[in-house]
Amino acid sequence: MRADPADYRLVSPGNLQAVLSLMAAEPAQWLPIAGGTDVMVLYSAGKLANRKLINIWNIQELRQIEVFPESMRIGAACTYTALREHEVVAREFPLLATAASWTGGIANQNRGTLGGNIANASPAADSLPALLVYDAELTLISERGERCVAYRTFHTGYKQTALAPDELIRSISLPRRFSGYFSHARKVGARNAQAISKVCLAGLGQIAGGAIRDVRLALGSVAPVPLRLSETEHMLVGKQIEPSLMEIVKKRVTQEISPIDDIRSTARYRTAVAANLVAECMEKLAAAGAKA
Amino acid sequence: MPRKEGWDKVTGAARYVDDMVLPGMIYGATVRSNVPRGKIRKITFDRSIAWDEYFIVTAKDIPGKNCIALILEDQPCLAAETVNHAEEPVLLLAHADRHKLRKAVEAVEIEYQPLPSVHSIEESEQKSAIIWGADNILKSYLVQKGDVDAVWKEAAHIVEGEYFTGAQEQLYIENNGVIAAFDAANGLTVWGSLQCPYYVHKALMALCALPEQRVRVVQMETGGAFGGKEEYPSMIAGHAALLAIKSGRPVKIVYDRMEDMVATTKRHPSRTRHRTAVSKDGKILGGEIEFTIDGGAYATLSSVVLSRGTIHAGGPYFWPSVRIRTKAVATNTPPHSAFRGFGAPQSLFAMERHMDRIAQVVGISPVEIRRRNFLKQGQTTTTEQTIREKLDLHALLDRALELSDYHAKKERFAEENKKGMRKKGIGIAAFLHGAGFTGSGERYLNSLVGVEAGADGCARVLVSSAEFGQGTNTVLCQIAAEALALPYENVAIAQPDTTVVPNSGPTVASRTAMIVGKLVQSAARGIKETLAKSGLLGREYTAEQFRTACAEYISKHETLKSYARYEAPADVYWDDEKYRGEAYAAFAWAVYVAEITVDLTTYSVTVDDFVAVQEIGKVLHPVLAAGQITGGVAQAIGFALYEKVVWQNGRMINNQMTNYIMPTSADLPPIRVFFEELGNVHGAHGAKGIGELPMDGPAPAIVNAVEDAIGVRFCSIPLLPEDLFEALKSFEWDAPSSVRGAA
Amino acid sequence: MKSSTETTAKCEILFTVNGEAVKVLAHPMERLLDVLRNELGLTGAKEGCGEGECGSCAVLLDGMLVNSCLVPVAQIGGANIVTIEGVSAHALIKLLQEAFLECGGTQCGICTPGMILAAVHLLEKQAEPALAEIREGLSGNLCRCTGYMQIFEAVERAAQRRVAQ
Repeated sequence: MRADPADYRLVSPGNLQAVLSLMAAEPAQWLPIAGGTDVMVLYSAGKLANRKLINIWNIQELRQIEVFPESMRIGAACTYTALREHEVVAREFPLLATAASWTGGIANQNRGTLGGNIANASPAADSLPALLVYDAELTLISERGERCVAYRTFHTGYKQTALAPDELIRSISLPRRFSGYFSHARKVGARNAQAISKVCLAGLGQIAGGAIRDVRLALGSVAPVPLRLSETEHMLVGKQIEPSLMEIVKKRVTQEISPIDDIRSTARYRTAVAANLVAECMEKLAAAGAKA
Repeated sequence: MPRKEGWDKVTGAARYVDDMVLPGMIYGATVRSNVPRGKIRKITFDRSIAWDEYFIVTAKDIPGKNCIALILEDQPCLAAETVNHAEEPVLLLAHADRHKLRKAVEAVEIEYQPLPSVHSIEESEQKSAIIWGADNILKSYLVQKGDVDAVWKEAAHIVEGEYFTGAQEQLYIENNGVIAAFDAANGLTVWGSLQCPYYVHKALMALCALPEQRVRVVQMETGGAFGGKEEYPSMIAGHAALLAIKSGRPVKIVYDRMEDMVATTKRHPSRTRHRTAVSKDGKILGGEIEFTIDGGAYATLSSVVLSRGTIHAGGPYFWPSVRIRTKAVATNTPPHSAFRGFGAPQSLFAMERHMDRIAQVVGISPVEIRRRNFLKQGQTTTTEQTIREKLDLHALLDRALELSDYHAKKERFAEENKKGMRKKGIGIAAFLHGAGFTGSGERYLNSLVGVEAGADGCARVLVSSAEFGQGTNTVLCQIAAEALALPYENVAIAQPDTTVVPNSGPTVASRTAMIVGKLVQSAARGIKETLAKSGLLGREYTAEQFRTACAEYISKHETLKSYARYEAPADVYWDDEKYRGEAYAAFAWAVYVAEITVDLTTYSVTVDDFVAVQEIGKVLHPVLAAGQITGGVAQAIGFALYEKVVWQNGRMINNQMTNYIMPTSADLPPIRVFFEELGNVHGAHGAKGIGELPMDGPAPAIVNAVEDAIGVRFCSIPLLPEDLFEALKSFEWDAPSSVRGAA
Repeated sequence: MKSSTETTAKCEILFTVNGEAVKVLAHPMERLLDVLRNELGLTGAKEGCGEGECGSCAVLLDGMLVNSCLVPVAQIGGANIVTIEGVSAHALIKLLQEAFLECGGTQCGICTPGMILAAVHLLEKQAEPALAEIREGLSGNLCRCTGYMQIFEAVERAAQRRVAQ
C-alpha cells in the first residue's frame, strides 16, 4: 500500500445536489469515486494525484435503471452486476450485458460502474464499444443544469472527455431499437477472466434480401479512444457477405485503426486480430441472415 | 486424513506473518537500486523528512559478515560500494508508521556511476563486460558417458535443435514477510514465511555475528512458496534482524506485490542446444547437449539448479553415449533461484521438444520414438546410474494414451483441422524427476528428526520441514500415527522453531515424504522400542495402554523423545568430480498428454484437456497427492502459455498481478490425475517425491500439441498469441505505415 | 512538499461485522481491508496484491462479494460486512469449510477465506451451479496451489449438501 490515507480527503455529501454544489464551487478539484475499482488501484499503487475525492457511491439518483417505451436510461453509478441482472439489458442490449460480464471478476463487477468506466476513458474498457454501437447518449449534469451529448462525441482524445470540470455523468440512455439486430461481441485478453483487453469488438447487424442493411462495429484497444468503424461500416452497407469481401473488409479495418505496442501486446498483433474479429463477426452475421 | 492444520485455514484462524503484531513493533522497508550495475557515488536524504524519527541501517551497521551465507558468499546483504542488479538492497529504514516509512523510502536518492551491464545469456557469454568472477560463469558441469565422438559417423540422422525457456515468477499469493526481535537476554528471534528455518538460522548467525544458541527462527503459516521462499527469506530476515538490532524494537518487513515481484528470485531462464545422432530406426546413438541458465547477479542456488537441470537433460531415455556441457552465467538481474522443478523443467522442455523433432526427421510418430528409447530397468542413465527399481514407461505411456484417447483424437483432429479457424492438437511428454538431494547431498544434509510422546499418550513430530500447502504436517503425522499405531488425531507436529525442532533439512527437492517421512517412521518406532525395552508396552496395544506407558515412563525419566538420523543407503554412490553415479535415491516417472486448441482468429492456445499419469511409489495420501499434481500442472500451463516476465534494462516491468498473467479458474482445463504404484524401497512405505514432478511435463506436451495442430515448430516458452501470430505470417494486409514500422 | 499539518481528520464510521455492531475511527480513505485487519483484528482477509486481482481480500458487503482492498471505509457506513470469521453469520460458510477440507480445496490456505466467501456468494445466487458457472464465479479468486480442481469439487459438494438439507 503506497499511499497515506491521511493525505486524502473523501467527502460524502449524500445527495446529488450537494455533490454538484461542491463540484461547482471548486471545479476540477474533487474526483468522483463510485465503486473505486479504478481509483483505488491507482491509490494503492501510490499513483493517485488527486487528493480530494467526492463519494458518489451512495447517490441513489445515479443508481436507477429506468425503462421507457423508446429508451432505457441507466444511472451512471449502476454496477456491472446490476446491468447483468436487469432483464431488459440482458434481452435488448446483450452486448452491454456481455461486456459487463467481462469486466473483472464478480467482486469487481459488484462495485465497478458504467459511469466510472466511461469517465475513466480507457480505450481498453470493455463496455465502451457496446455503447458506441447502441448509439448511446450521455446526460451530463452540473449545478448549471443538464445537457445531453451523443456518446460518439464524448471521448476527445486519449483519456480526454467532454466532461466539464464541474460535471458528472448522470445517466446513459440507449434507444430501444436493436432487438431485431444480430449481435456479436468478442474480447481478446491475456486470459479468459480478469484481463484488460488487447482487442475488444462489439457488433450489430441486419441483413435484408441477402445484403447488409445496417452494420455497426466498434473496437476497443485499437486507438486512443474506443472506436466506431464508420468507414468500414460505410463500405459494408448494401453488400453481400462473401469471402472476397472479407479480405477487403480486413484491409479496411487495418487502415481505420491505430493500435500501439504496450506492456500487454503489440500493434501488429492487435491489427491482425481486430481485422480477424470483424471478419468473424461478418461471417456470423451472414450465417444468422441465412437462417432468418 | 483431514489436513492437520486445515481447520485453522478454512476458518481464517491460521496465522501468517502479517497477521502477527508484537508489542512495540515497528515496520521496516528497503531502499533499492534503480540501475542494473554501478558504483554508489552519493546517498542523499531529502530534507522534507524528519530523519531523526527513523532507524537507518547501511552495510556499515552489519555486525558480522555482509553476505547472505548460502553456498558461496558473493551476495551482500546490503550493497556497500557497488550494485550489480536493479532493486538490489542498499539501505534499510524503520519507523512505527507504515505510511511515513513509505514516504521516507521515496525520499532517499542514490547517485550511481553506471557500469556496463549484461542482460542476457548471450551478452554474458560474449564477455563484453565481466560482471562476476573471472569469466561470468557461476558454475559449470560436464557429464560424459560412452564415446560421443564416435557416434556421428554411424548416425543415419543428425538432429539439431535449440530451445529456450523464460523467467517465471513463483507468485505465491502471500508475499515475503518476516518479523525480527532482538534483545540482550534472548538474542535474535525471527518469525517468517519460509521453507527452510535452518537456512535462515545459518545466514543470521554469520550476518549478525551471533552464536547458534542466540538465534531462533520460527516458521509461521506460509501462504505458498514453490521455492521462492527457499533462500530468499534469509535476505529479508537479515534485513529485519539488522533493523531490530539497531532499533531495539521488533521489526516487521512485509513486501507488497510490486516489490516482491520486482526484487525477489524467479525461475532461471534457459537455453538448451541438442545435437543428436540417431539410427535409421530412431534409436538414439548418442549426442551433445549444451544447457545454459541465467543465474542473475549472484550465485545463490544456481549451482544446484544447474546440477538438476544437467542430470535431467537426457530425459527418461537410454543414451549409449552423451556429452552434457552445462553452465550457469551471471547477468545484471535480480538473482534467479529455486522454483519448483529447479532446472528440470528447463532441460526437460528441451528434451521433449527435441524428441518430437527427432521423430519427424526419422519419419516415425512421437509415440514410437519414445518407445524405442525409453529407459528400462537394468539400463544406465546419462550419469551411469543403473535403474534398479521396477520401471515400466511403456505401461505409463499406454495408460496415458488410453485415458486421453490419443490415437483416435489425433486422427480426428487431422481431419477436422482441414476446415475452420480452430485447429486442435494433442501432444505428449515423458519425463522423470529425481527425489531428494543429488548424490551425496542427503549425506551432507545429515537430517535429524525427532518424535516426542507426552504423558497424555499423544505424540508430537519434531522436524524443521515446513508446511506451505503441500501437506507436510498431514503426511508426517500420518506416518507417525501409523508407526505408533495411534489414531491420527493423537499425533501433532511442532511448529518449526529452531529451538524446538532438529534440522531435518530444507523443505525442497521433493524430499519431505520420502527422506524425512522415513526418518519420522524410524523415530516413531524408536518411541515404541524405548517403551518396550522398559517393559511398559507390548507389541500390540491400545491407545489407552500407550498413554499409560508414556505416563509412567515420563514420571521416571521426565521426557520421552526419540531421534532418527539419516543414513545413506549403502548402494547409492556419487562422484562429484566426474558428475557420475547414483544421482538420486529414486526417480518418479510420468507421461502427460495435453489436448489443445489453437484459435487462428486470436492466435491463442487453450488447453482443453490434460491427462497426467505418474509413478511415484506409494501414494501416501490420495487427496494431497492429486492436489500436488493439479497445482503443479496449473503452474506449468502458466509457464508454457501465460507467464511472461517483461524485462527492461534488467528490471521486471510487468510486476503487478494485472499484467503478469497467471491462469484463473476460467483458463484451466480439467486436469485428470492417475497414479501407478510399483513400489520403491527408499521412502516411507515406498513413497517417492511428488511435489516438483508435475512441473516438468506440461510445457513440452503443450508445445508438442501446438505443432501437431498447426505444423509450426515453436522452441521457446512462454508461447504467447503474439508469438504465434508472428510465426504464422499468414496475415497479409497493407498495414498503415505506422504499424508496419513496429516489428 | 506538502506541510505535515494538512492531514485529513479521522471520522467515525458505524457498521456491522459478522452480526456485531462496530464503531471505527479512521481516515475516510483507509481501505476496508486494513480496517478489518488492523482495527478489528479480523485477519482472515488477506492482502495478496492490493489491486483487486487476486481476491484474497474478498468479503461480503451487504451480501455482495467485494475486494476489500478497493473499498474506502467511508463508503461502508451502515453496511453489513461478513468475513470468513463470521461462521455464525452465514450458514453456508460452515458447509463450504467442511467441503474444502474433505476435497483438498485448501493447500497453503492464503486464498481460502476469499475463495470460500466467493463460493458463498455464488451459491446464494445459484443453488446448484454447473461447473462453468463455478469457474466463472470463482474467476476473481486466484489460487496458486491447487489448480482449482479440488476447489470446484468442494463447491459442488457443499451445494449438493445444502440442497439435500
